[in-house]
Parts: sequence; structure tokens; C-alpha cells
Amino acid sequence: MAAPVDSVGKPSAERSPFNSTSFQKKTRSKLISIPGTRPSVQNGQLLVSTGVTSLDYLLEEDRYDSYSRMILKYFLAEGVVCRHELFVAAAQDNPDDILQELPAPILDDVAIHKPVDQPRLSCEPQDSLDAMKIAWRYQNLPKVQSALASTSRFGHYYDVSKTMEPEIRQAAKCHRFYLPEHPTQSSTTHSPMIESYSALLKSLQEVIHREGFDIAASMPKSRNILRVGLHSLGSALWGDDLSCHDNPRHSHALTTFLYGLRALLRSSLAVAVVTVPSHLIQDRALMGSITRLCDNAIALESFKGSERETNPLYKDYHGLLHVHQVPHLNCLASQLPDHKDLAFKLKRKQFTIERLHLPPDLSETVSRVSRGELAGATMVASACGSGTSGTKHLDF
Amino acid sequence: MFTELNSILNSTPDSFTKGEFIFVSDRQSDASFLIHHFLSFYLRARCKVCFLGLVQSFSHYCAISQRLGVSLAQAKEKGQLIFLEGLKESLSILIPQEGHTENQAMDFLRDPTVGLRSLYKFVQSSLNSSSSGEDGTEEWGPSVLLVDDISVLLSLGVSARAVLDFSHYCKATVCSQLQGNMVMLVRCDGEDEGDDGDDEGSELLLRGLTHQCSLTLHVQGLPTGYCRDIHGQVEVCWRRRQGDGQHTQKKLFQYKVHDKGASFFARGTSSAVL
Repeated sequence: MAAPVDSVGKPSAERSPFNSTSFQKKTRSKLISIPGTRPSVQNGQLLVSTGVTSLDYLLEEDRYDSYSRMILKYFLAEGVVCRHELFVAAAQDNPDDILQELPAPILDDVAIHKPVDQPRLSCEPQDSLDAMKIAWRYQNLPKVQSALASTSRFGHYYDVSKTMEPEIRQAAKCHRFYLPEHPTQSSTTHSPMIESYSALLKSLQEVIHREGFDIAASMPKSRNILRVGLHSLGSALWGDDLSCHDNPRHSHALTTFLYGLRALLRSSLAVAVVTVPSHLIQDRALMGSITRLCDNAIALESFKGSERETNPLYKDYHGLLHVHQVPHLNCLASQLPDHKDLAFKLKRKQFTIERLHLPPDLSETVSRVSRGELAGATMVASACGSGTSGTKHLDF
Repeated sequence: MFTELNSILNSTPDSFTKGEFIFVSDRQSDASFLIHHFLSFYLRARCKVCFLGLVQSFSHYCAISQRLGVSLAQAKEKGQLIFLEGLKESLSILIPQEGHTENQAMDFLRDPTVGLRSLYKFVQSSLNSSSSGEDGTEEWGPSVLLVDDISVLLSLGVSARAVLDFSHYCKATVCSQLQGNMVMLVRCDGEDEGDDGDDEGSELLLRGLTHQCSLTLHVQGLPTGYCRDIHGQVEVCWRRRQGDGQHTQKKLFQYKVHDKGASFFARGTSSAVL
């Protein structure tokens, strides 16, 4: 939601976007600065690292759920580092286990206040009011309050070989929802949503109300962002038979839940990342409607166990990343990516996503023999146009 | 509103065809920018607009309409715009709480098999309410119903048949009885249209609504693939009844969506290409 301009009541003449300095303008609109966020120039919304508030991310899991879990953990870890609150729900693993596996941030300035050297940005208020010696011209400028002092970095790097230290993790408030702990009572309504999803939605709404994440809430103290991570929705462990049957009985349970989740997120300062095991869902049309109910949809296709693993084309990468939908909240045109071929790889310490490019072909025999194993031979910009199996080469 | 689209459709806020049912659909792309066009168009034409915003919040439409030069908040205050914020109303039904009064319009969420009668009643009451100029209220032009988007009802468990019934009732009321206009958006999926029974509901809805309407705008991605400068193509199809037969005229355009509007051009004449 456009948090800063909301609830003013008077239509502002022009929606001026915020610049990202910490200069506080005295205007009628309430200026909310929340650590770990940055307003987007395009649509005046608060951007959260890997997310926009009130946005709903859909992540289609890869086959063994290894990489989608990784992204979910990154999302939650970023929340811990930025001191947002977390809400984690899972049916299969205890949320505590997920929280313990968060990658460690590569820190240089995570929890420690670092005095900033530039004279224009005076840092924490408790700094002594020493007279400036060199930059004395700036002495008379009003003291700006950098509310983003310690977390002025937008986006952090993580080391996946280490887990986050418990002290850092405990600094962030976490709410858990572990399905086996919630006994489901059979509902008498004919609502298409099943009980486990209803309980989850209700619990999420309670957390939002209680902790004051509603946009309409009148809490004057500093606002925060709630990061919601929902693991493996639509799998059989949630009581949903989407992935088990071709014609499931509860075919609209997940979509109704997502509609309710969207409604909750639109009215609160929250971001959600949902992972769905789409490879188990046979109905492609259902995946289409699930995708349309979310703002941002990404599918991960890992090469593990498929024939692409040994394909020399893809040897640098662990999988492909398909962007199915980009958000366009509060604006007509969405930020379309420049190119849509993206691949990801998990190095020893880092998980990176980059544009798919072919590795340089350094073998000496390239002009002579084209090996048949290059299954994607048509993708290689080869001079020999027709995709023959390659055992014949032109001999003069 | 998009001026180029106005010239394509031969309509201006001062003169447009009444009693028209405009059907907007998309396949694997997003046609909601057309809904914003029609919203600002009809508000500029001083029509009374009933908007069923089922998938986005009110502030989303406000923000975009502001860039198109129309203030939704003002229109709502003056009574020109009646906005049903589907997301907000749905929460009180999906998470039942005591002491909360619910808007009857979203009753279908409680039991989708019941159908969309209460939603239709909401439309009827909002468009019929001040057709006679009461004290102090302004006289507005013909009534207009806008739905964004109607295919989400299929995802919520309502059957395609019920949605078709709803649109038929709305058409009878809005287009025939009140001589107003109606615009509905349906979002489809699927690479080929001849897909098997997976997507029956959505295809049924698409065919049924295409039959009922008088003007279709179908948005699709480019057949050659993804391009940053050309966002897709729009096929405009007029299905007018003229004289003895039905006269169908089709035109194809490519478009690009900007921050403050969209530009339409004939195929191959995008400024990025020329």
C-alpha cells in the first residue's frame, strides 16, 4: 500500500514520489520511514528488499524443494537483518527448524552503528554535538534525523555455508504457525476454503491486528513490516488434495485462500512469499489462476535429476528461473525485465541469479566435430543451420 | 483515457454509443490497462459508474486514475462512482467474526453454489438509486457497469454458468433497460485455445461473453515472443447488428503501456522498430 500518502483524506494535487534522502519534509502527509525499506520512485510505494509491501510473491517450487526453500530462507533472513517481524507457517517442518537454518549475513554493519563520515548526513542523535572542524560550513544545516541509521543498506549478502547466529535471530520477533499444532474443527459452512487454510488466514489476521500492521491502525509509534513465509501450500500436508487427484474435491481451496491473503496484504504493511509445489499439480489452468491471484510469480526449475544436469550448456548453473508475472501495483506499466532467460546457481557461499549465457567454447575441436550430446544444439549459434546429429562434418 | 484508443473506437467522452457491452479479454498478458482507460473515459463523460473492483484495492485505481487525470475519491464523494472493493469486503466473510456487518454483495464467498444473485442486486440498487434527480444531487449521464475482473469468480468456486447468468442479467438491466454501457474483463490462460477440459470454465465464459457483447478487445502477447518495447497486440472486433445480418469488423494493433497511458500503433510501426 502507498503507506505515506494514505489516510490523508484530501486529494493531493500531484503524487510526488519521495526521494531517498532522509530529509523530512513538513507536509500534510505522514512520512513514515521504516528501517529496511525504501520508497519506490515509480509508484510511491515502500519497497522492501526482495519485495514490495502488500505484495504477494508466488514461488513455484523446484522438484526437490531445495532451491525454493533457499529463497524463502533468504527472504526471512533479510527480514531478521532489517529487524522486521516474521511470520512463518509450514505443515511439514516445524517453523523453528526453518528459522534455525537461515543463512548468516555477511556483516560489516549489521547490528553495529557505524558513524558515517560524510558531513551532510549527521548520524545517530546520541552522537556528541562536536563542532565540525573541517566541514564547518555545514554546521548550520539542520540536523537531519537518519532513521535508517543502522540498516541503511538495502539488501544484504548472505553466506549459505553458515547459519545465522541465534543472537541475531532472536532479535527479530517471529510468529509461527505449525499446522499439526492447530487442531482443525470441522466447519459447517460451504465455503470452498478448507479448515487448515482458514485457520492460517485467521491466525495471520490476528497477528496483523495485534502487532499493529494494519495500515489504518492509529499507532503513532514506529511502524514495521511483517514478512510472511508460507511453505508448500497446496501440498497434501495441508489437507489439500490438489496435488493428489486430477479432479480434486477442494479445487478452489487454495485460490480462495490466496484471495483472502491478497485482501489481508493489501490492507497491511506486509509482504508474503508463498511456495507452491507446482510440479505436483496437474491442472495447468489452476496454476494459471493461482499465478494471476498473486502479484509476482517465479518458477524454479532445477536441473537435478533431469537430463539437463549433464548438458554442457548448463554446466555453470543449477537451474532455470522463469518469471511468470511481474507486479504493477499503483502504476500502469510494470517493470518488465530486460530479458527473460534467467538461471540460478548455488555456489559454496552464495546463491546467485543471473542471465543465462553460454559458456565460452574453448575446445579446439569445435569447428570439426559437433558432439551429439549437445542436446540444445539449436540454441548454440552454429553456422551449420540444420540440426543434424552432427556426426557428419564437411570435408573438403 | 487513451486518446489513440478513442480514435480507434471512434468514441469521445461527448459522444459514444449507448447500450454497448464491451468485452475485454486477455490471454497470457494483462489487459487491466484497458479497464483504467474505460474508467477514466466514462467518468470524464459524466456517467454514473458502478465499479466492481474484485482484484485490486481502491487506492490502486486511485493512484493510476490520478495519473490519467481523474480523481476517484472526488467522484466517489459526489456520488458519481460507486465502488465495490471486493478484497476488503471478502475478508469479513472469509474470516467470520462476530459483530461485523458484511456487504451482501460478496455473499457468494460463503457458498459459491448459490450463485451471484446478491452481487446482481448490489449492481441493480446502486445504478437505480438516484436516477431521478433528488434534492441537491447532480444529474449524471447514462449508467455504466465496469467489472475487474470477472474471471476471478471462477477461481473462487462460482460456476461459469452462474457468471454467464449474472452478466446476462446485468446486460438486460444496464444496456437494455437503462441504455447504459457495460465493460467486463476476463483473463484467460493457456497456450493453445484448443486445450482439453482443463480450462473448461474459462473457455466457456469466454465464448459465452463474446457471444453476448457488441465490441471485443482481445489482448495477447506478441506471437514472436517477448519484446520490451512492444508489450503486445490488441484485436478489436465490432459485432454490430446492421440491417439483416451481423456485421463483424476486426482490426489488429500493437500497443505499449507507459506510465501515463498507452500508445497504439499499426503492426510494425512501433517507434522502436522504425
